[in-house]
Amino acid sequence: MMTERVRVKEMFPPGHVRTPFYLRGKTGEIERSLGPFGNPEQLAYGVSADELPMHRVRFTMAEIWGSDAENPRDTLDAEIYSHWLTPIKD
Amino acid sequence: MPHDHHDHDHDTPHSHTGMSPSGHPYRQDQDQPLTYWQNMEISIRELMIEKGIFTELEIMHAIDSMDSRSPADGAKVVARAWTDPEFNARLLADGSAASREMGFDIGAMRLIAVENTKTVHNVIVCTLCSCYPRNLLGLPPDWYKQRAYRSRVVKTPRAVLKEFGLTLPEDVTIRVHDSTADMRYIVIPARPQGTETLSEEALAALVSRDSMIGVALAVIPK
Repeated sequence: MMTERVRVKEMFPPGHVRTPFYLRGKTGEIERSLGPFGNPEQLAYGVSADELPMHRVRFTMAEIWGSDAENPRDTLDAEIYSHWLTPIKD
Repeated sequence: MPHDHHDHDHDTPHSHTGMSPSGHPYRQDQDQPLTYWQNMEISIRELMIEKGIFTELEIMHAIDSMDSRSPADGAKVVARAWTDPEFNARLLADGSAASREMGFDIGAMRLIAVENTKTVHNVIVCTLCSCYPRNLLGLPPDWYKQRAYRSRVVKTPRAVLKEFGLTLPEDVTIRVHDSTADMRYIVIPARPQGTETLSEEALAALVSRDSMIGVALAVIPK
């Protein structure tokens, strides 16, 4: 199976955002795709929400924390909505 | 952090004035005015009752129903997964459907089960708030909601697990799962060795709440 590599957009919009700061700008692999789910950035304000694909993205600790990582091969998975991800072409 | 002695003054000998017989400070009465959000919750609840959307009794039943859920429910799911490979496969494919198959009413919860093996150890956190599989495991422990756990386990999971008494070899990969959005997670701990003859019920007794969050292993029977 081809692994799909993605980068989390490094943007900082105000409001109810469910993309953690510590993952913005980081690159990972899609572990599995889920959804569609309503965009929480709209749901939080009671407006009609776009239905978006949501991906579980797996990052290595080395990617997130650099040389501070306890064990660079350990991983972190997080759920990221599609509008926060940019595909990376190898 | 079992003890939170905010009122202790460790620079002076303990006088234990105003202490309970066990030497702990009495909890203060909540005499301060309601906060903005407490007022908001009471107002909306009373309005919805007034408008006939639900009754006081229905609210009480909803709270009772949440309180009746406990880690014992999750432990039964794990024990079934240990003893029935086909169920285990269904649980890994769709945690919600497999929980319902066992008769648990988990509402709309979307559950992902992650399995510990000889080479992988999983641990669950919600860095943004306190997302937790309440509909299967009941209410989360206090430490799960605290900033110390939420901020540290994503950066130094090995140090945090060590504080829980769990030291993992370097060749075991730790996978931290941050419940940032719509999914909830349960860890299926590895089945301890020497449990081949145990019944499903006896196996469930080895599965603690903490082992299903991933900060502990299943108990090894004596």
